[in-house]
Amino acid sequence: MSATLSTTNDLGLAMAAQRQRRIKTFDLVGLFATIATVIAAILWAFPLYWGVVTSLKPEAEVVRAGVQLLPAHWPLDSYTYALFDTKIGVWYINSLTTSLATTLIVVIMSAGAGYAISQLNFPGRRILWWMILASFMVPIQALIVNHFILFSQFHLINTLTAVVGPQLLAPVTVIIYKQFFDSVPKDFREAAVVDGAHEFQLLFRIYLPMNWGITTALAIITFIGAWNNFLWPFLAVTEEDKMNITVGITQVSDAFGVKYARDLATAILAGLPVAVVYLIFQRRVTQAIMLSAGIKG
Amino acid sequence: MLKSKRSEAVTALVLMAPFVIIYGLLFVYPTIKMVQVSFTDAPLIGDGNFNGIDNFVRLWKDRLFASSIWNTIYFVVLSVFPGTLLALAIAIGVNRLKGWTQSIVLACFFLPYILPVSVVYRIWGWILDKDFGLAQYVIAPLNGGDHVNVFRTLPLFMPAAAFLTVWWLIGFNVLLFIAGLRNISREIYEAASLDGAGRWAQFSRITWPLIWPVTVLVLTIQLILQLKIFDQVYLFSRGGRVDATSTMVQYIYKQAFQSNHGGLGAAASLVLFLVIVIFSVLQFQLLRARGQK
Repeated sequence: MSATLSTTNDLGLAMAAQRQRRIKTFDLVGLFATIATVIAAILWAFPLYWGVVTSLKPEAEVVRAGVQLLPAHWPLDSYTYALFDTKIGVWYINSLTTSLATTLIVVIMSAGAGYAISQLNFPGRRILWWMILASFMVPIQALIVNHFILFSQFHLINTLTAVVGPQLLAPVTVIIYKQFFDSVPKDFREAAVVDGAHEFQLLFRIYLPMNWGITTALAIITFIGAWNNFLWPFLAVTEEDKMNITVGITQVSDAFGVKYARDLATAILAGLPVAVVYLIFQRRVTQAIMLSAGIKG
Repeated sequence: MLKSKRSEAVTALVLMAPFVIIYGLLFVYPTIKMVQVSFTDAPLIGDGNFNGIDNFVRLWKDRLFASSIWNTIYFVVLSVFPGTLLALAIAIGVNRLKGWTQSIVLACFFLPYILPVSVVYRIWGWILDKDFGLAQYVIAPLNGGDHVNVFRTLPLFMPAAAFLTVWWLIGFNVLLFIAGLRNISREIYEAASLDGAGRWAQFSRITWPLIWPVTVLVLTIQLILQLKIFDQVYLFSRGGRVDATSTMVQYIYKQAFQSNHGGLGAAASLVLFLVIVIFSVLQFQLLRARGQK
């Protein structure tokens, strides 16, 4: 009797010990994973940090041997140079103009088209919808030659209009608008129609206000995309004064050889607006990215 | 009733007009024109004569076109698969964190994605710089103490370009994986751990199969994106052996814009167009399959 009791007891003890061991190893693995993730994150952000720090150093300090994690002096020479001795001001204005124009036109056009396809009955609706889905699959990069031909026929090469043009093809925003307008309950529509609301009123008073979040998210991501676009602005513009900032800083270099801090300072100024927009609107940006990948979040 | 129907059509016309005009002018017309020009010997600007399938025969025989395709495939393999697997590992790690630590860690991985390619080019050009780059502290000892000009050393070019592309774009993949991981219900893990399933068993029996659809989605999105690679490779190869590292879009750029062979450029564009449409149809089917579930 006592013997059996003691064995069950032993068994229980052994099991408890085993469980404890498992919990212990669990925590160890978990801790290791957490530490690894944090270290990876630091390593990931380090190049950005290093770029910013270098841009703050005087050129002489930049090329000194050894790793200096903080600048010894902060003369900010490279920034005053970038701001006042390059065409960065003009490039900023060009980038801002083309990106804002792209965003505005894309959002208005997509909201209108998305609403019409989602809510209205008209001949050709299905064909248009299939065309949008089809254009979603077409690589804009394959059209660069013919976009260039088209814009040169209109004598628009080296203008901001040409830079904006092909960026207006954003079928994803139409698709997302359509999906969101689809999911607005029909009751709202019927109630408003009974009250004698016109289609435009329905769009501007009900459908758009109910989806302001989506509009913000899509506008932000369109703006970031337009600001960051490289290939087409690079092809469409060869005059320094008409360049976007992303193109300008890689195409125009001064005649005095490589100046690391200056180059980095101009690059950081070019990336600053989108970085700030992202940090302010993090949630909207992530939402828009998931939506454009086909994940409704 | 008839009147309201007509007014509906008029409204639709007004709302669709900007879209139809822009897509007609900038999408339909250039696409048709691309097919047409690809069968001519046109220069970039101006008309050419119909020359049948000459351009495609030339592409077939052109060693630069073949090597551009190989370079593109090489870049895709080097960037897409590591980028996807690493993103899954990072997402699992980030998903374990909570609150503000998670936000900060996620922002570290995501911030590069938001930046323009020019910034990525400058930062990595500086870090990998032959004379003063930080990376030389790691690279030089591996090379017997001599500094290496990474982007002028042919075997290192594509791996380096792929490496910084993974660094640049991984935030996007991480984001999709985190969304996928959050969709897996906690109860499944709890039930599994009650049954005594260890960490590895939980990953291989629960996480991996349930995250697989997201993995396929990420893989196809990245594949389609990287087939169109131009920016980084162009920027880093400037002044070097451009042809040796040429990709498909670079080939189009070279033929059409630098050599003034509009017809040949359009033909190469048509090839790229068809390749990407095939993969996109695949992706679309995957998304539809997901949607129906």
